[in-house]
This record gives sequence, C-alpha cells and structure tokens, in this order.
Amino acid sequence: MFTSNTQRTALLLVGAALLLMAAVCSLLLGYTHISAATLISAIGHFDPSNTDHLILSTERLSRTLIALCVGASLAVSGALMQTLTRNALASPGILGINAGAMFFLVAASTLFSLSAPLLLVWSAFLGAGTAAAAVVLLGGGAKGLSPSRIVLAGVAISALFVSFAQGLLIVNQERLESILFWLGGSVSGRGTETLLPLLPFFLLAGLTCVLLARQLNLLALSDELATGLGQRILMIKILAATAVIMLAGASVSIAGLIGFLGLIVPHMVRALLGPDHRWLLPGCALLGATLLMAADVVSRLVIAPQEIPVGVMTALLGTPFFLYLARKRSYTA
Amino acid sequence: MSRSITLRSDTGQLSFRLVPRTLVVALLLLALLLCGLFAGLTLGSHPTSFPAVINALLQPEQSDIVLIVHEIRLPRLLMAIIVGAALAVAGLILQGLVRNPLASPDVIGITGGASVATVLFLTLGGAQLNESWLPWVALLGALVVALIITLLSGSSSVMPTRLILIGVGLAAALGALTTLLIVLSSDATAMRAYVWLTGSLYASQWKQVSSILPWVALFLPLALFNARKLDLLVLGDQLATGLGSRLAAERLGLLVIAVALAGAGVAFAGGLSFIGLIAPHAARRLVSGGHTGLVIVSALLGSLMLVSADLIGRLAFAPRDLPAGIFVAAIGAPFFVYLLYRQQRQER
Repeated sequence: MFTSNTQRTALLLVGAALLLMAAVCSLLLGYTHISAATLISAIGHFDPSNTDHLILSTERLSRTLIALCVGASLAVSGALMQTLTRNALASPGILGINAGAMFFLVAASTLFSLSAPLLLVWSAFLGAGTAAAAVVLLGGGAKGLSPSRIVLAGVAISALFVSFAQGLLIVNQERLESILFWLGGSVSGRGTETLLPLLPFFLLAGLTCVLLARQLNLLALSDELATGLGQRILMIKILAATAVIMLAGASVSIAGLIGFLGLIVPHMVRALLGPDHRWLLPGCALLGATLLMAADVVSRLVIAPQEIPVGVMTALLGTPFFLYLARKRSYTA
Repeated sequence: MSRSITLRSDTGQLSFRLVPRTLVVALLLLALLLCGLFAGLTLGSHPTSFPAVINALLQPEQSDIVLIVHEIRLPRLLMAIIVGAALAVAGLILQGLVRNPLASPDVIGITGGASVATVLFLTLGGAQLNESWLPWVALLGALVVALIITLLSGSSSVMPTRLILIGVGLAAALGALTTLLIVLSSDATAMRAYVWLTGSLYASQWKQVSSILPWVALFLPLALFNARKLDLLVLGDQLATGLGSRLAAERLGLLVIAVALAGAGVAFAGGLSFIGLIAPHAARRLVSGGHTGLVIVSALLGSLMLVSADLIGRLAFAPRDLPAGIFVAAIGAPFFVYLLYRQQRQER
C-alpha cells in the first residue's frame, strides 16, 4: 500500500496514463483496425467522406465514452456500497440494484413503450431504488446488515427481477440480440446522443462523492463513532445511497447488466491506495473506466468479427476474485 | 407437543413421525393436484370434454382425442408433477442444509451448472447427435458444480455460510458462461437454448417421462428416509453433533440427494427457478412437526405449482405456448417478497 500523498498522486497519474492508453486502444482496435495517424488526422481535419473517420466518430468514440462513464460509475458505486453496508461483497451487481434497474427499463420500454432517454433513465433510477430499498429492508436483521443475509437477499432479488425481465422479453418476442444486450451487458451500438442526457446525473453523483469523501471515512468505522464525532449519519447515508442509485441506474440504462466491476475494483484500489475515500473514490473511477475499456477491447477481438457481451467478460474475470474474497473471510451468519 | 403418528421399522433404521394435520394437508393437496391434472387434460387449444378424456384414458384407440390426451397432454402433466416435486424437495433439503431459508438450487449455482452443460451440449451440435443424452449432460453439470462448491467451501465449521457465498459467486460465473455460449452459437440453437433456460415443459414425451422417473423414484424416497437428519442439522452444528449426528457425512449425503433431484428436474424442464425456493416455505407455513411431513407437503406443493404454471402458460396467451418458468416466477416472486418481509419482522 502507498501511504504518502506524493506516492498516491503519482499512482493516480499512472492510472490516468493507463486510462488514456486504454482509450486510444479502444478507439483504434476492432473489426477494422485504424492507424494512429488516421486518428490524429481525424481530430485535426475531420473528413465526413472518409470511412475510417466516420467509424471513429460514430461507433468508436461513443463506445469509448460509454465505457469510460459506465466503468467509473460502477466502480465508484461499488466502493460506496461496500462502505455503506460495511460488507466486502457488496456491489450493485450482487445486491440486485443493477437487475432492478434493468427490469424497470425493460418494463418501461415493452409495457409502456417509453423511448425518451430521460424517461427511461428515471425508470432505471426507480428500479435501482426499489431494489436497494428491498435489499436493505430484507437483508437487515436485529444486528444491522449481516453479510451473508444481505448478499442472499440481493441475489434473490436479482434472480426475481432478471426472470421477470426475461419473461417480458420473451412474451414480446424480442430478438435474441436485444435480450442479450440487456442480460449480457454491452457498451456498443449506442450513440453519444444516448449518453448526453445522462451526463448531468453522472456529474451530480460524482460531485456528491467528492463532497462526502471525508464523512464516508468516518462512516466506514461504525455508526456510533461517526455519530459521536458529530456526523449526521442518516443524511450521509441517504446522500451516498442516492449517488449509488444514480450511478448504477444510469449505467444500466445505457449498458445493460455489467457485473463484478463494482465488486473487484474497490478492493484493488484499496490494496493500492488504502481505505481513505478521498483517494479511494478517484482511484476507483480511473481503474473502473480503464478495466471496462480494456474488457471491451478484448471482447471485440477474441472472436472477431463477432463480439462477446462485455458483461460476460467482466463476470468471468471477476468470479475468481469473488470466490477468493468469500473464502478469505470466515463469515458468520 | 401435539399428537403424532410414528412409523418405525424393527431395526429403527427407518422412522417417520407425522402430525395428523400433515396427513390432512397432504390429502387436500393431492385432491387439488388431481383437479389440476383433469383441468390440464381437458383444457387447451383443442378443448376436450371430461367423458371424452376418461374414455381416451381407459380405451386407447386411434383417434385425434386419444392422440392429444394420451401423447401430448398426459406426458406433459406427468413431467410437471415429477419435476415440480423434485425441485421442491431439492430446495427443502438445501435450505435445511445451509440453514438459510433463502437457499435454493438456482441461487447457489446448481441450476447454473446444469444450464452451462446443456447449452454447451446444444451448441456443440448435440441436438443432431442424440437428444436423449441431454438430461445426463445436465445432471453431470449439476454434479460437477456441486462438487466444486463443496470443495471450495472447505472445513465444515463455516460450511453453511461459505457454501452460500461460493455458490452465489459460481452462479454468476455460470450465468456469464451460458450467455457466452449462446452468443457463440447459431441463431436457431441460441433461441432454443434460451427458451430451455427459461424453463419449459413444451413437447414433453413419454420417453422423457420414463427416463426421469427412475431418478425421482430413487431419490425422493431417499429424501424422505433422510428427512429426520435434517431435523437435527437445522438445530445448529454443536447441538447436532451432541445429539449424535455425523455432520460431514450426513451433509454430503443430503447434498447428493438434493443435487440429483435438482439436476434431474432442470435436465428435463430447464431453468425453472423459484419452485425450489418457495414450495418449501409454503410447506412450512402449512404444516409443522419435522422434515418428514415437510418433504411430502413440499413435493405436492411443487407439483401443484408447476402444473398450474404450465396450464396458465398454455392457456393465457393461446395459441402461443409460453414457457412455464415465466409464470412460476410470477406466482412465486410476490410470495417470496412477503416471506423475506415476514422473516425480517420476526427477528426484530
């Protein structure tokens, strides 16, 4: 672990450099490989009749930006949830928040045929909020949130919402591709115009995180300590939970179910930068975005010209880590 | 303690204790199940009158009605009954085993294992090879995953909690793997695999009924005989050991029974979630007095749930035949939420 502030700053800078590299890879690599020279000329003198330039501006750019926002959001919301529940296994995917958002989205678009991005986003927030409330309500016991119970409640809620969504999609005779988009998660095929209405939410949630970082440090200790040190813990919890719901809901509404990113990244960053939220949260945002971009690039290349849903990639990479965490700690019921 | 009926063999190897209420409930459920059976035989896209059904069952001659009732509806109903019972009992055993009311074959990854194996089989062109292998493949997948979960859960002292967490993790990975396989396969195979995953009894045939029957006929009684071990296990590790329970061995035995039942159910009807979760709970609400009674009542409830879900799937959106899994979830999910709520209030 790196503890001095210069070391941490250096590490964040390295993270930023990696992110930039991943972004360039994400722009250049794919079914048609584009040279770095073309990228530079596209930035300098954009030529609408050049195919490579068009691919860059329509397909690659939007998908890179989406991976950036979604990766950072999921990782940060995972870190927030792990602090809020004081549970190492918490993340929007595992506790059913993503599934709740997904089901509400699918219901909104199939049952009520809503298609305006803003309405869809609000329904995703509603779903994420419903799932979060249900999990906290059901996973909580007499002695606060017990780790295994809250995970189990989350998984059950997640199973419930996913099977409902599957049912809706099958009843509506959706094409398999759209089913797989929602359930498998993907950052492709959505233009920047779907990302734009979501940006305010990402920024608002990010701002909340910046303002709450110190308070979250105290909250991570225990409720009593934080109260004793003069924190209004209910307020902090509500704000942090709102940020989680916004981040997870907006991510799902644009990229479907992408699991395990919110679980792994906070642990990795904590190992590098320590548990201080002022460093943890920015670190999570950088690493989450980098990892999702990298996973997306790999998912394009492995079985080209076909693509693997990026959520599948993250789940396959993340599970060994989850198992490691579950085995390392001797949880008691 | 209420009055109870005890049946015991000479050596004491087999012993059942039943509360009279259990018998009454079981008989009632059996009656309901028979009603469901007749409804399933008469209703459908080609409605058949009741006497005609009886006639068709008693005097199998060559006619349309006989064909529909005997070759299409009856095997499908029997399949629903068998699969429902198997999944429900598997869920009951798992919940007792990990001492957590939220466990079920799908939550801890056993269904996922069967799914991956099946989809792999379908994508590798198994459909052309031999369809009758499918159940075996699914069962193998379920067993392998159960083995991995047990191995990873390690020492028995923390086993129940760890088993859940590890199962949950594996279930997620297996789900991802299934999606991956579906993406890689051709469109036709993919849709078929997908419908299978949702859980459907569509086009069940006598051949399949006769190949699932031995499994369930073997393991359901085994579950019944071992039910009293669950009565001890749910008391907690220390108490169970003190009362003379061989924890590790009995856990393993019960796990094998649960996996065999769940695997068989999933193999023939696909990923029907929620039956294994909800039927045991409903059974606990209805009867008390030990797991022997619970096994019987859960099995009946599971059958009843699946028979009605399949009936709704056939009739509600006729002429389309929707996978029963959707309706199982629709019936089961609200009940499940209620259950969690109640459990949480009790702890307060």
